[in-house]
Amino acid sequence: MREVPYQTIVDTVAKLCMDANYFIGDDIIQAFKQGIEKEESETGKDILRQLLENAEIAKTEKVPLCQDCGFAVVFLELGNDVRAEGGIIKAINDGVRKGYTDGYLRKSILSDPVKGKNTGDNTPAIIHTTLAPGDKIKITVAPKGGGSENMSEVKMMKPADGIEGVKNFVVDRVLRSSSNPCPPIVVGVGIGGTFEYVAFLAKKALLRNIGDRNRDPFYADVEKELLEKINNLGIGPQGLGGRITALDVFIETHPRHIASFPVAVNINCHVARHKTAII
Amino acid sequence: MSELVKITPPLSDEDVMKLKVGDRVLITGKILTGRDSAHKRLYDLIQKGKALPIDIKGQIIYYVGPAPAKPGSVIGSAGPTTSYRMDPYAPLLMEHGLKGMIGKGVRSQPVRDAMQKHKAIYFAATGGAGALIAKNIKAARIIAYEDLGPEAIRELEVVDFPVVVANDAFGGDLYEEGMKMFRR
Repeated sequence: MREVPYQTIVDTVAKLCMDANYFIGDDIIQAFKQGIEKEESETGKDILRQLLENAEIAKTEKVPLCQDCGFAVVFLELGNDVRAEGGIIKAINDGVRKGYTDGYLRKSILSDPVKGKNTGDNTPAIIHTTLAPGDKIKITVAPKGGGSENMSEVKMMKPADGIEGVKNFVVDRVLRSSSNPCPPIVVGVGIGGTFEYVAFLAKKALLRNIGDRNRDPFYADVEKELLEKINNLGIGPQGLGGRITALDVFIETHPRHIASFPVAVNINCHVARHKTAII
Repeated sequence: MSELVKITPPLSDEDVMKLKVGDRVLITGKILTGRDSAHKRLYDLIQKGKALPIDIKGQIIYYVGPAPAKPGSVIGSAGPTTSYRMDPYAPLLMEHGLKGMIGKGVRSQPVRDAMQKHKAIYFAATGGAGALIAKNIKAARIIAYEDLGPEAIRELEVVDFPVVVANDAFGGDLYEEGMKMFRR
């Protein structure tokens, strides 16, 4: 059994938290640039230019792209033949604490949803763990902002609703979200599984890079169709009208119960933060 | 695209009436910050007939919870938060003299009605451009509710803070108009 020092996990997670908040993905930068070409609204073009400038300032000065530095959502893939000294969950939370404190990132977590005070260090993280073969630890930190998270929804649809029902739900959810999730958005869609699992699928879909299509050609086509429908809504950058409402739509699926047809939509804002390290 | 308009608070009814939906505006001077928790406290004080810790007459409130300032900076990233969460509180603040709000996203009908009634204006700033917007903030100090951390009420000194008029005092709504124009 391979052993990874506690501090290695802490330092890796801290760096991922900072990097995800300072450095926008190259795929997003490309999407902004293409967006400026395609956008018909002058205000929309202007907003996309501001977002490019914002990304440059954040990168150069190492300051967060957005003041909402998010809930630290961590996807942990733990190899069967590796263990972290001192406990990996504690190490991840210590990493989040270090990253958000040393990186001058905003702390946005309340200790209790009703009675709580700010925990002061952005812990605890939300950690999704899966086991994998091998002796590696793969950690993805995807800080999630509140504005876009609030526009997300799970719906227990009827099997009879079919793929057309899914499409209508996704487009309607984006329409009702309007300007709130900071468009241009990235849309994660989960189909299948159970009530709680479908939400996880939608979240996991947001880890893909712009342009990465679902491997199943059927769902790849649905992704493209949904992107076009969403961009025809006219919401535009920041909701002030325009062609570029979404940068991409990603679908993740899972087997379902014969009686159930769960669908989830998880919306990400345009910074679409996620950074990965393999230890 | 419309001409750039420059304004400095405090705003009068006349200042507000000059602004129309879609106008690009540069704000210079002192503005206040406040978001969820601070709004609730101000609202509760007014409801109880008590004095507010800050003067809101003619002022602009920016819906923001900034990131911490790095050493040598006056403020961290400071883009707008989503405005609809302040909708339950905004009409009462306008009734008590608030003239402007800066945030992102659509407002409720009661807020839009209150803007017409009390002659107030709602500006949209670019959400997610927090690092860029921080460049227009030259000074920041906490003036109330320090215990709220990022949600404390601050006084910001801004220079040429860029915003767009999203709702004016005549019932106009840029979100509705913009979307209609580009819908297919």
